Amino acid sequence: MTDMTSAPVPQKDDGNLFHKLELDMRLLGMIGALFILCIGFNWFTDGRFLTPRNIFNLTIQTVSVAIMACGMVFVIVNRHIDLSVGALLATTSAVMAMMQTQILPNSFGLGLGHPLIWVLAILSGLLVGTLIGAFQGWMIGYLTIPAFIVTLGGFLVWRNVAWYLTSGQTIGPLDQTFLTFGGTNGTLGTSWSWVVAVIASIGAVWAMWSSRRSKAGHGFPVKPVWAELTLHGIIVASIFGFIAVLNAYLIPERRLERMFEARGEVMPEGLTVGYGLPISVLILILVALVLSVVAKRTRFGRYIFATGGNPDAAELSGINTRLLTVKIFALMGFLCALSAVIASARLSNHTNDIGTLDELRVIAAAVIGGTALAGGFGTIYGALIGALIMQSLQSGMAMVGVDAPFQNIVVGAVLVLAVLIDIIYRKRVGAK
Amino acid sequence: MAEHSNAPLVEMKNISISFGGIKAVDDVSVDLRPGEVVGLLGHNGAGKSTLIKVLSGAYAKDAGEIFINGNKVDIKSPRDARANNIETIYQTLALADNLDAAQNLFLGRELMTPFGLVDDSAMEAECRKIMGRLNPNFQKFNEPVSALSGGQRQSVAIARAVYFNARILIMDEPTAALGPHETQMVADLILQLKAQGIGIFLIDHDVHSVMELCDRASVMKNGKMVGTVKIADVTDDDLLSMIILGKNPMEKEDV
Repeated sequence: MTDMTSAPVPQKDDGNLFHKLELDMRLLGMIGALFILCIGFNWFTDGRFLTPRNIFNLTIQTVSVAIMACGMVFVIVNRHIDLSVGALLATTSAVMAMMQTQILPNSFGLGLGHPLIWVLAILSGLLVGTLIGAFQGWMIGYLTIPAFIVTLGGFLVWRNVAWYLTSGQTIGPLDQTFLTFGGTNGTLGTSWSWVVAVIASIGAVWAMWSSRRSKAGHGFPVKPVWAELTLHGIIVASIFGFIAVLNAYLIPERRLERMFEARGEVMPEGLTVGYGLPISVLILILVALVLSVVAKRTRFGRYIFATGGNPDAAELSGINTRLLTVKIFALMGFLCALSAVIASARLSNHTNDIGTLDELRVIAAAVIGGTALAGGFGTIYGALIGALIMQSLQSGMAMVGVDAPFQNIVVGAVLVLAVLIDIIYRKRVGAK
Repeated sequence: MAEHSNAPLVEMKNISISFGGIKAVDDVSVDLRPGEVVGLLGHNGAGKSTLIKVLSGAYAKDAGEIFINGNKVDIKSPRDARANNIETIYQTLALADNLDAAQNLFLGRELMTPFGLVDDSAMEAECRKIMGRLNPNFQKFNEPVSALSGGQRQSVAIARAVYFNARILIMDEPTAALGPHETQMVADLILQLKAQGIGIFLIDHDVHSVMELCDRASVMKNGKMVGTVKIADVTDDDLLSMIILGKNPMEKEDV
């Protein structure tokens, strides 16, 4: 057999630094926008915006929307939309709240604080979310009702199912262990946060090297070693920088005192303890990692993108696009339930208006993050940065003291502007 | 012409399919032997593409039977067709514009790593191999196919049909969007595949290319089969009159 691969692969020879690093210009643009935003707010607030305390709060406020935005990327890439995520969050939150405060203690006789309560409550919430999502996906995929209509209906239905389940009341207090998923009440502490930073760094470097090895093994061009090492340096530095900031936010003295009192101990004089990485943020990072792998390296993800790019081609390639739709919406429902855990734990109650307007924030985050509503394009990391930009805008304006109506006016304008910039960028680059 | 004693590679018998009361294909039979190129001719809307989509699994037939190597098969989806080594190059090419060449080549049949993840490097390597054979100038392996020219897109679609050891190849107007150079490339490829014993259904508007490439031609009009003729026995004009008038020149002599 003749060797067909012997034709030399032409080397990319444009001397552009960014090309050598093979960085995504769109990603750089979004990070740049976030950066400018943060610096700007920091200047206007006399340095109060970029403090460990505010960054800590910003991240835990972003988690719930960001988790759903990751799923929304798949939904939009597949040429659908989900307007029901906020309502679905409310229903699953109501189910979990009722389970842990009423059903499990009263009907199953588990005492309040029983270790099974939070596990069963979360499992039931995730199950309900997945089932509702799958049901909506079935109506979209198999009954061919447009996703816009199904989820617009769902928006009304699930918001009011939540109301009905709880009779419109605030349900609480929630289980103590359950509350650790909310953010402030559940952090890893400084030492474990450093451990996470080390593991994450090793994982990131290993993943990049193994991808390089696999490319080189087939004789494909790889970027120069110095570029690879520079990228590693930037990523490891970012991971450690992020953890360092979260560790630098100290638990307030009086709160620390109470924690010692609760254990029957006396707080040593002059002790300071940092919060470290919140469990909710760790969950978000894991969700984003898993979904990135799903998007790029699994058949499921490949088929979502193929169907978004050309539904007919996907079908002619033997892909079951209907079942695919069911799976995507089931995943979206699961993520809504996961967000519900974090959102209700952060508020330490289930409230009747939980998740209101979240559908719009989630869609906006995905779209600002570069997900094309026409389908076929979108990234998980883009959605994360989109969610961060949205949350920074909102809380930054609140800190600066912008009037409430102007806050929403600005957020709306930014959304439209972001999409305009994206369209211009795509035209310039010539990508579709 | 050589005699084939064994059963035909493909036999489609009495196929009918209608859409909303209109019979798009009405009681049509065609067959195909190994190493043979059968042209399907007819006006737009004559039912050629519909007939062929029954074979490729895109449409479900209302009536009729399909035999592959003499065995009755049930083709309900593109997956079934692929399982019977039937590959199709659609007129629209059926490429996902946002994916690159290798991802399109293996769409629905991805190569996997031992961990159950798609193996993009291995797929790109295989893609480079087959493109090196079909279109040696092709270099845009890491760009979405939306960035490719018409001819390059066509070669990706052809590579997809050829790569998986097709026994039966369906080509729906493969040269419609191509320049003269690329058209010649497709013609050469058809002869090469024919020599390998692959049976090819070629749908085409162009009577001349059918005369040049095909062994037999089946002409359809208004969903019905006008007739099947050996190319060696007919002229361009005979084929044209079959397409336009719907009359089979052979029938005069037979009856």
